[in-house]
Amino acid sequence: MLDDLRNGTSPKGHPPELSRDEELHAYREMLLIRRFEEKAGQLYGMGQIGGFCHLYIGQEAVVVGMQMTVREGDQVITAYRDHGHMLVCGMDPKGVMAELTGRRGGYSRGKGGSMHMFSVEKNFYGGHGIVGAQVPLGTGLAFANKYRGNGNVSLTYYGDGAANQGQVYEAFNMAELWKLPVVYVVENNKYGMGTSINRASALTNLSQRGASFNIPGRQVDGMDVRAVKEAGEEAVAWARSGKGPYILEMLTYRYRGHSMSDPAKYRSKEEVDKMRHEHDPIEMVRQRLIASRRATEDDLKAVDKEIRAIVNEAADFAQTDPEPDVTELYTNVVR
Amino acid sequence: MATQVLMPALSPTMEEGKLAKWVKAEGDEVRSGDVIAEIETDKATMEVEAVDEGKIGKILIPAGTEGVRVNTPIAIIVADGEEAGASLNRAGKTNGAHAPADAATGGGEAARASVDVRVKDAREDAAPAAWDAASEIPEGTELVQITMREALRDAMAEEMRRDDDVFVMGEEVAEYQGAYKITQGLLDEFGARRVVDTPITEAGFAGLGVGAAFAGLRPIVEFMTFNFAMQAIDHIINSAAKTHYMSGGQIDCPIVFRGPNGAAARVGAQHSQEYSAWYAHVPGLKVIAPSTAADAKGLLKAAIRDPNPVVFLENEILYGIAGPVPKGDDWLVPIGKAKIARPGKDVTIVSWSRGMVYALDAAKQLEAEGIDAEVIDLRTLRPLDIDTVLASVRKTNRIVTVEEAWPVCSVGSEIVAQVVAKAFDYLDAPPTKVSGEDVPMPYAANLEKLALPNADRVVEAVKAVCYKG
Ligand SMILES: Cc1ncc(C[n+]2csc(CCOP(=O)(O)OP(=O)(O)O)c2C)c(N)n1
Ligand SMILES: [Mg+2]
Repeated sequence: MLDDLRNGTSPKGHPPELSRDEELHAYREMLLIRRFEEKAGQLYGMGQIGGFCHLYIGQEAVVVGMQMTVREGDQVITAYRDHGHMLVCGMDPKGVMAELTGRRGGYSRGKGGSMHMFSVEKNFYGGHGIVGAQVPLGTGLAFANKYRGNGNVSLTYYGDGAANQGQVYEAFNMAELWKLPVVYVVENNKYGMGTSINRASALTNLSQRGASFNIPGRQVDGMDVRAVKEAGEEAVAWARSGKGPYILEMLTYRYRGHSMSDPAKYRSKEEVDKMRHEHDPIEMVRQRLIASRRATEDDLKAVDKEIRAIVNEAADFAQTDPEPDVTELYTNVVR
Repeated sequence: MATQVLMPALSPTMEEGKLAKWVKAEGDEVRSGDVIAEIETDKATMEVEAVDEGKIGKILIPAGTEGVRVNTPIAIIVADGEEAGASLNRAGKTNGAHAPADAATGGGEAARASVDVRVKDAREDAAPAAWDAASEIPEGTELVQITMREALRDAMAEEMRRDDDVFVMGEEVAEYQGAYKITQGLLDEFGARRVVDTPITEAGFAGLGVGAAFAGLRPIVEFMTFNFAMQAIDHIINSAAKTHYMSGGQIDCPIVFRGPNGAAARVGAQHSQEYSAWYAHVPGLKVIAPSTAADAKGLLKAAIRDPNPVVFLENEILYGIAGPVPKGDDWLVPIGKAKIARPGKDVTIVSWSRGMVYALDAAKQLEAEGIDAEVIDLRTLRPLDIDTVLASVRKTNRIVTVEEAWPVCSVGSEIVAQVVAKAFDYLDAPPTKVSGEDVPMPYAANLEKLALPNADRVVEAVKAVCYKG
């Protein structure tokens, strides 16, 4: 796996360094996701969050790096492991957390839950519970961009498990055929639930899955926010310039179980620990900031404190906001 | 301040578990997110993380303890310098902090009791007022005789002229001019940007269309026939029908899925199925199935303008049948209103789409035998205009439903159930369904004929409920 990651680093060698502001921005955004997810895990443990809850811990560099490459108007769509995507789109942590607890102040008024949240204002199009379905949907967002000629790009995320759904390839075909402005970001965290990619995929290099449609692709070290940003810029520029879709395979890792209930028998503790300790996306940025003296421990502590306050506020809101009014049962069925 | 660490639940149904292991010891420093312990159930294991920064003040439940109830305090984290003992009292307060949340859940329970009542209210609110379909076409309106095929094409063309966001996509809709020639001429007028030939990729283009609708376009997705929409039904239901609700009303999905539905002729089981009940079952969809050219045009235009996903079920056999249609581009028929196609007083016959051919034919035969049938064309299957049906049954006291679909869990079944529930005292005979036979469509000409309903069967059923013949 570590070899995988090494192969996945930018073909152009060491990814370009970020500016101090970018580095600090990435640190803050990733930390917000990490702390938010930890809090969600705790609220789940307390019975405040029901059903499924898929945490993004470990994968933070992917969405943070990608979001650094887009502009206002570009859309994001993903599956159910969506909290990080929403936070980087600028959605309010309070509204996201309150949706997790099924309260009226949640983004979907408590009617969507962890897996189904949207914000038209922030161009976040969900939040989808059916593995792979978001790939044609995201391609449709790109179709609308091209139809309107608005120059926007759709970032369509899916997992290594989803990569084996037939509809993904139906979408690839149309996207290339019609040169739609879409960047497919496959978050290869090595597992679809408990099935490792090697046990599910005949061709494990998912960046090459567009080859038969002539869609270019790259493997990227998805634990390194610099590498993600560099690859993202190339892919987004490609799509925006009218050349059609691009596939970015992000080699990443989730530290936590698939959902909250996870047998944890399909991979070794050592494997998880190794990734946590040697490739943690946040720790790497932290160390660079300190080593380069771009920030002091105190600077970072202050960021920590600010994030903690945001997350605590979100958690408090999510636990005190009332459940939806019962009259909401029959609202929003049709418009 | 001291914080209690509580035994977490791994799933909503978990009540207790084993505290398998302590990763940290009393006195150890911890940071938020650090793993401090592991818990196990028979199904899963989970790591417990520190909820705050500080020091493990006290471990309350030793490693290896089985049957630890969810939410039991298992450890106390204290701020540096604080005494573990002193914190125990404060920990009690922490517990209290969960009270508002519990209360919220309690509120949910109480609320649930009143939901039943509200559900009823909501349904009744949604019930349409009685509709006078006779007044749909104002007197003096100029009518033109066109086929349903032309009516559908005109509807799309007019709406495409009116709104640049409307486009049509599907297999063979552009250069080939439509597998059933419904999109004839559209490519010439609107060009390839708005009349889009797709690859043979139903799940793909249905999903792509839904995504485009989320972004505000108004796609008309043509399925060559609804038999092939089964490849795409996940997007019709999970993506199109449910997203408005799941987004708390934020996302609209103004899309029309249309194409021929129901039995064609001599094409065998995979190309001859009637899907009315499949889609009519789904909240979040509107479902339309017209039987005349005028209704086809007016309803398709209404469907294209509707902000919701609409399933528009056409019928191949009806495409070539001509009828009078109001001239001009402002002819709209409201969704959700049934039409009395033939007024009568002795029995109510309810049908839609091709079933109307059998129903009207039967009514004519029955007239000769002295039975005056009222024939209702539902036109829209969801929302179902049950009020028009009930009003008729209260007058005739008898009802026969006619459909080509399989009989089990059919639209006819739903109508019968509602009539029994809401007009039981008015019934003089058991409500009766005429339907297709409960078999895959056979190929052989004689068997295929047997598998489908016809006017004679409707006549027979009507006579039975009238206790005649
Ligand atoms: C169509 C469909 N099949 C099965 C599932 C159940 N399921 C939910 S997540 C999942 C694994 C997906 O793995 P991957 O795409 O790698 O995403 P990850 O969870 O790793 O982010 C499965 C099988 C589903 N939600 N939808
Ligand atoms: Mg995966």
